Amino acid sequence: MERVEKEIIVRNPQGLHARPAALFVQIASEYDVSVAIEKDGKVVDGKSIIAILSLGINKGARIKLTVEGKEASLAFHQLRRFLEKND
Amino acid sequence: MIKIKGIGASAGIVKGKAFYFSKEEFFIPHRKIDYADISREIYRLEEALIKTRREIANLQKKISDSLGYKEAKIFEAHMLVLEDRVLIEEVIKQIKNQRVNVEFAFYQSIKKYAQILRELDDEYLKERATDIEDVAKRVLRKLLKKDFLSLEGIKEKVIIVAHDLSPSDTALLPKSNVLGFVTDVGGRTSHTAIIARSLEIPAVVGTEIATSKIKGGETVIVDGTEGIVYVNPTTKRIKEYEKKRSIIVKKIPLAKTVLSQTKDGKKIILSANIELPEELSSVVTYGAEGIGLYRTEYIFLGRKELPSEDEQYKAYVNAARKVEPHSVIIRTIDIGGDKFLSKPQVPYEFTPFLGWRAIRFCLANLHIFKTQLRAILRASGEGNVKIMFPMISGVEELKEAKRILEECKEELRKERKRFDENIAVGVMIEVPSAALIAEILAKECDFFSIGTNDLIQYSLAVDRADEKVAYLYEPAHPAVLRLIRNVIRDAHIQGIWVGMCGEMAGDPLFTPLLVGMGLDEFSMPPPSIPKVKELICEITFMQAEEIALHALNFSTPKEVEKFLQEKVKEILKDKFYKIFT
Repeated sequence: MERVEKEIIVRNPQGLHARPAALFVQIASEYDVSVAIEKDGKVVDGKSIIAILSLGINKGARIKLTVEGKEASLAFHQLRRFLEKND
Repeated sequence: MIKIKGIGASAGIVKGKAFYFSKEEFFIPHRKIDYADISREIYRLEEALIKTRREIANLQKKISDSLGYKEAKIFEAHMLVLEDRVLIEEVIKQIKNQRVNVEFAFYQSIKKYAQILRELDDEYLKERATDIEDVAKRVLRKLLKKDFLSLEGIKEKVIIVAHDLSPSDTALLPKSNVLGFVTDVGGRTSHTAIIARSLEIPAVVGTEIATSKIKGGETVIVDGTEGIVYVNPTTKRIKEYEKKRSIIVKKIPLAKTVLSQTKDGKKIILSANIELPEELSSVVTYGAEGIGLYRTEYIFLGRKELPSEDEQYKAYVNAARKVEPHSVIIRTIDIGGDKFLSKPQVPYEFTPFLGWRAIRFCLANLHIFKTQLRAILRASGEGNVKIMFPMISGVEELKEAKRILEECKEELRKERKRFDENIAVGVMIEVPSAALIAEILAKECDFFSIGTNDLIQYSLAVDRADEKVAYLYEPAHPAVLRLIRNVIRDAHIQGIWVGMCGEMAGDPLFTPLLVGMGLDEFSMPPPSIPKVKELICEITFMQAEEIALHALNFSTPKEVEKFLQEKVKEILKDKFYKIFT
């Protein structure tokens, strides 16, 4: 079982709000992995839009992204790219 | 009879039966369930979720078809809420552990998450709580077997009265059965107002009290021009309504075919003020000769990211094509920094009057300004486009804006993109200092457009929004008239033309006066055009000049108004009532 864990600074201009949160969940759901997001000590399921929204992640927020499962490194790469995308 | 005042958001007048559209609160039953019932409750949850998903998918498709793909995007987030495993697992856990019915469990979880979002320090996310509740209500309706209360089922012609209408309410509206709208909340840019204008039906919004006075079934008259609603009107009121209605119905075809010129042949251009793309069709309907004020704020507001050059370009080209061969005067954005983008829910009417806005804001945010200028320039390669700068208070600002415009032209030349090398540049005269140095500004531009709303406000130091001083807001104030006269005179001396795009331009009381002062172009909301045109056709330019000269002799606004009214009555005779209803 693969496991990738790393701190990331969110660069997406809108942070993880409704539309970006929805996209994040869609990307996460494409892979057979479990995704966890940690912010300020609170950990939530990265495949749940409600849980992600409840973290109130803005641009510039520091989060810890943990991906676990068969396709962990691939999924991690895609999710990270999305979070760090700056346009 | 009850008279309710609001904001006229879509012009016209209509009488009909009120249909009260209420979004009722739910009563959520709370029951203890037996162990044996757990699986049944979970099954009910799954069933309700599937049905709701289907409902939202349908809605998404309908909105996408009617309003476009972008408008429908928010439903993607709605869908994900329905598939949210954290939420679903939590509801199931509650049903199992606390032995409660599914409605209660579901409602508790939703309430919890909506609360968390509301407590976040972020205006945008706070609003998402409403989205989640919107989805939750749909699920609860399925669980409670309540028919979804929608406007879809309306079978007769009605006037819709509601606290507020959301895009999902109006998406399924049987449009042929809706005569008008009345809402408690909202302004000219609210969703209801936009829909009403695009359907060309009267609407009064922001009444605050409509739903407390109207319960459905009453006869109501909606006057969207004046912003007034009459509930259970008297016979006298109905007669007046019928008179107004017959005039409005009769007048429109006339407007299109008749030339707008005085009896002695002086041509006056009547053009349209446009706030939203939905209004473009009315430019032609009401016989406007082009657009005298194309406001661009709508492209920037209500969103988180800036509109791209291409998106703006497309919008401007679309407007230019619609009014061909006439021109469209595009005003660069008039928004202030404090509410820009970060707080899209704040209507721009609250722009700080004396603050950091319009050209001041643009000159400090060159990336935003240049993107817009490039888009306007490129549109000028495709149609008849002019450009206008708002809130100019001194000649340096105008020169600086023009310098940046030249920079954009140079860029486009290098990129070999098409644009009008000689695009006309105008200044909106709305700051008293600009009015006083009209002669200096006129040497630097191709035309003026007098923005009377702000000009009056600044000249008389009256904040219209402040009820205690609103009585001092007088378009007929001798100071205002003198400023307008000077601007027109100085512009003509320098050989440029002058338009007016404030409310005064669309008020027929001032038509003879302004024609007499030499105003070349009147820009107004399209529905005002027929009235003003009718009046122009009844006067001679010489008559108008005399009226203007005489009006400038009075010392109070009241005297001016009284004089203008007498003169207009004299000119129009029995047609007076037709125009001044």
